[in-house]
Amino acid sequence: MSPPLLGVEGQDQCNVSLMASSASVDTVSQNGLGLKERNYLGLSDCSSVDSSGVSSVPEENKNNLNLKATELRLGLPGSQSPERDPDFSPLSSVKLDEKQLFPLVPSKDGICLLSPKTVVSGNKRGFADTVDGFLESKSTIFTEGNWIFNAAGSDTGSKLAGNMLSHRSSGTQSTIKTDVPAKASQECDNKINGSNTNSAPAAKAQVVGWPPIRSFRKNTLASTSKNNDEVDGKPGPGTLFVKVSMDGAPYLRKVDLKTYSTYQELSSALEKMFSCFIIGQCGSEGAPSRETLSESKLKDLIHGSEYVLTYEDKDGDWMLVGDVPWEMFIASCKRLKIMKGSDAIGLAPRAVEKSKVRN
Amino acid sequence: MDPDQSEDSPSNSANSHGPTQPQSPFPDEVLEKVLSFIDSRKDRSSVSLVRKDWYNAERWTRSKLFIGNCYSVSPEIVARRFPRIKSVTLKGKPRFSDFNMLPRDWGANVHSWLVMFAKVYPFLEELRLKRMTVTDESLELLAKSFPRFKALTLSSCDGFSDNGLKAIASHCRNLTELDIQDSVTDDVGGGWLSCFPENFASLEVLNFSSLNCEVSFDDLERLVGRCKSLRVLKVNDSITLDQLRRLLVHAPQLMELGTGSFMQELTPRQYEDIESAFSNCRNLQVLSGLWEATSLYLPVLYGACASLTFLNLSDVALQSSEFAKLLVHCPNLRRLWVIDTVEDKGLEALGSSCPLLEELRVFPSDPYDRHHRDGVTELGFLAVSRGCRKLRYVLYFCRRMTNAAVVTIVQNCPDFTHFRLCIMTPGQPDYLTNEPMDEAFAAVVKTCTKLKRLSVSGLLTDLTFEYIGKYAKNLETLSVAFAGSSDWGMQCVLEGCPKLRKLEIRDCPFGNAALLSGREKYEMMRSLWMSSCNVTMKGCRLLAREMPRLNVEVIKDEGNDDGQADRVYVYRSVAGPRRDAPPFVLTL
Repeated sequence: MSPPLLGVEGQDQCNVSLMASSASVDTVSQNGLGLKERNYLGLSDCSSVDSSGVSSVPEENKNNLNLKATELRLGLPGSQSPERDPDFSPLSSVKLDEKQLFPLVPSKDGICLLSPKTVVSGNKRGFADTVDGFLESKSTIFTEGNWIFNAAGSDTGSKLAGNMLSHRSSGTQSTIKTDVPAKASQECDNKINGSNTNSAPAAKAQVVGWPPIRSFRKNTLASTSKNNDEVDGKPGPGTLFVKVSMDGAPYLRKVDLKTYSTYQELSSALEKMFSCFIIGQCGSEGAPSRETLSESKLKDLIHGSEYVLTYEDKDGDWMLVGDVPWEMFIASCKRLKIMKGSDAIGLAPRAVEKSKVRN
Repeated sequence: MDPDQSEDSPSNSANSHGPTQPQSPFPDEVLEKVLSFIDSRKDRSSVSLVRKDWYNAERWTRSKLFIGNCYSVSPEIVARRFPRIKSVTLKGKPRFSDFNMLPRDWGANVHSWLVMFAKVYPFLEELRLKRMTVTDESLELLAKSFPRFKALTLSSCDGFSDNGLKAIASHCRNLTELDIQDSVTDDVGGGWLSCFPENFASLEVLNFSSLNCEVSFDDLERLVGRCKSLRVLKVNDSITLDQLRRLLVHAPQLMELGTGSFMQELTPRQYEDIESAFSNCRNLQVLSGLWEATSLYLPVLYGACASLTFLNLSDVALQSSEFAKLLVHCPNLRRLWVIDTVEDKGLEALGSSCPLLEELRVFPSDPYDRHHRDGVTELGFLAVSRGCRKLRYVLYFCRRMTNAAVVTIVQNCPDFTHFRLCIMTPGQPDYLTNEPMDEAFAAVVKTCTKLKRLSVSGLLTDLTFEYIGKYAKNLETLSVAFAGSSDWGMQCVLEGCPKLRKLEIRDCPFGNAALLSGREKYEMMRSLWMSSCNVTMKGCRLLAREMPRLNVEVIKDEGNDDGQADRVYVYRSVAGPRRDAPPFVLTL
C-alpha cells in the first residue's frame, strides 16, 4: 500500500497545534519555476500555475527542495523568522497539495507544520513589497466575518475571537491550535486571500469569496469532511468510524471509512492527517501504486520511508493494509495504525495467509 | 388593465410648476380608486410621471414599498412621499457580501427605517428584508410598534438573536408569516419558539431552517397543531424524522415542507408510519431540507412527490442512483436545486424524468477541490438541455466546460432568462481546445434574446464583452470575475446594454477609463461593484466629482498601496452620502 504519508494536511490543519512558519510548504510549490517574488498565495504574474499546467509543476518543484526553508520552527505568534525567504508562497494549487511530497523535517520538539493553504505567515512583508509587482491583479486581501482563521503571526496582530476570526490584513496569517471544529478548518482554507492575475490564469488559488458560495451552504457541504474529523456521537447508518493511531503521535484520529472507495483515497487522507508527524513513506506493499505520486526525485526521497499502514481486524490481528479488496477490508477493519516499518516486518506473510483463509 | 389608458391626459411632468394644468375630468377619489388596483411597481412609477394629480393619487394609493438599495433613498424622503404604506421590502448590502467580501459592520442596518415606520406607518403589516442587519432592538421595536403586523421575512440577514425573535413571537398577535431564510446567526437559542402564546393560531408560514438552534419539539408540535392554515413549514436539522412524522400528521395540508434531519435509525414500523404520513401530504409543491438523507430513507418521500414542483436538495449530497430513483416520482418538477455529487449521470436521469424543468441549480460539494470529486461537467449540462427544453434558469458550478457544449445547450434551450455558469477555476479555458470561453458566452447572448441575468467565468477576453454589449439587449444583471483583457471590455458592456441595472465585477483588468466611461449609465442603474480591479482613488474621485447624484464608496484594504481603490461600490441615491458609514468606507 501506502502512499507516502507525506505532504500537507488537508482540512485538518486547524486541529493541529502548530507554529508560525509555513515556509516549507511554500517553497516547494513555486520554487521550481525560477521563482519570482510572490505574494502569499504564490501567484505571480507569469508563473502562477494554470489549470492546464498543473501537472508539470510538482516535478519541477521537487528539483528545488529547499530543505532549510522547510525546517519547522518554534516560535510564538507574532515572531516571524526574519531570515525567511520572501519567495515562499503557500500552495496555490490544490492538486499540488495532495501530491506535494516534500520532506518535513520535524523540529526538535516535534511541532508540526501547517498546510500551506492556511499558513501564510512568512510572507507578509514580502507581499507588501510585491504588491507593485503585480500587473493586473489585486488581491482581495480582506477576510472577515465567518472566516475561522486564527491569525497569529501577522504583524498587525489579529484579533482572535474564539474560533471565529475577523481579521483584515494585507499579509498572511498563520494558524495556531484551537478547538476549531472541522467545519471551521474548512473555512480556514477558504480564507486565504489571493492575488489572481488575469493575464495568467490562476488555478486553484483559494481566494476570498471564490467560488461564490454562500457561507451557510459551505457549512452544510462541509459535513462530509466534518464526519471524517470529529469524534462521532452516534454514527449514522452510512458511516464507519475507526480510530487511527500512529506511533509517536500524541493523539489519535478517527476516519469514516465509508467516505472512501479505494485504498488510495484512504491513504491520501491519512497522509494529510498525519503528515506533520512523519517523514518518509509508508511501506508500499499491497496498495495500488500511487500514480498520482509525482515521479522520480520525490519518490526517491521518500522511498526509504519508515512507516506502514496496518489495521486490526475482527480477529484482533494486525494486518497490512492493502492486501485484500477494499470492501473486504472495510468489513473487517476495526482500527488503523501507522506503524514504524521496522515493527511491521512479518505482517505481510500473515496477511496473505489470512486472506487466503478468508477466501 | 387601467381604464384610464384611453384618457387623453397631457403628459406634463408630475412636478410641473408651469401654467395650471387642465382640470381633471373626474374627482381625485375616482382616480385614487382606480389606481389602487395597480400593483406593479413599474406601472406605478409610470403613472406617477403623468401629471401632478396622478402623482399625488399614486402616492396616496401606494401600499407596497420596494426599495432595492436601502441607501438610495432615506426614510424621511420615503415617509414624506408615501403616507399609506402597509408592506415594505428593503434590500441592503451588495450581493458580494454573501461571499464575505464586505466587512462585518458595513451597514444596512434597518433600525432607522423602523423608527420612521413606527412613526409614519403604524398600520404596517409586512416587512421583507434582504441582506440587512437587524438587531434585537429592531425586532423588539417592530414587535411593539405595529399592532396589525403580519409577515416578517429575514432573508440573508444578520445581527439578531433569540431575544429579538422572542419579542416577535410574544407580541405579534396577528403574525401569519415568520420566515428566516438563510439568515444564519451564531447566538440564536431555540427558546423563541416557545414564546408564541397558547391561543396563537394564525401562522401560515414558518421557516427557521437555517437557524442553528434546538427548539422545544413539544411546543412546535402544539403550535403546528393549532395553526390550521399553516401552508409552509420549514424546520431546522434539530428535528428528527420521527418528530417530522408527528408534525405531518398535524399538518397534511402543507404546501411547502422543509424537513429536518433525515438521519435517524427507524424501525420498520416507524418507516411505514412516516411513509404514510408523507403520502397523506397531497398538496406538497415544495420540498427542502433532507439533511443527511441517504438512500435508505429517501423512499419514504416518494408518496408526496407527485405534485412537487420545486425540489431543493441543496442540503443533501446524493449519489446519482438514489437521485435518479427519486426523480422518477417527480414528473412535475419545475425547479430543482441539487449538489454535484449526483454527477453527470444524475443529470442525465434528470433530463429523462423531468421534461417540465425550468430551473436548475447545481451546487459544488467540493468548492475548494480538496477531495477531487468529479462533480458535474459539460456532459451533464448537455444532458439536461436535451431533455428539459423549457429550461430558463440555470446556476451551474463545474470544473470544466467547452465552448461547443454551451453552444449546443443554448440551441436546445433558447429561452434562458438567467444563465449563471461558474467554472470554478478562475480563468480556465475550454478544456478540449484550450481556447478562451468567449464563443460560449457569445452563443448565449446571441441565442437567448430574453436573457436578463448573466454570470460569466472561465478564461475570457474582451471579445466576450463585445458580444455582450452587442447582443444582450435585455440584460439587467451581469457578474464578472477573473475575466477580460482591458478597459475596452467593460466599456462595451456599459455602452451596449440598455437595461443594465446591476454590474458586479471582481479581479478583472478594468481601470479608470472603463469606470469613467459609464458615468452617466450608473444613474440609470441600481449599483456597480468593482473589487480587485485596476481602479484607483483618483479615478473614483473623478467619478464622484463629475456625478454628484452618485455615491462613490471605496473600501480600502489595509496596508495596500494608497492609490488603489480595492473595493468600489457606486450607486445612485437621492439621499446623498451615507450618514452611517463606518470608518473603513470612504465616500468620495
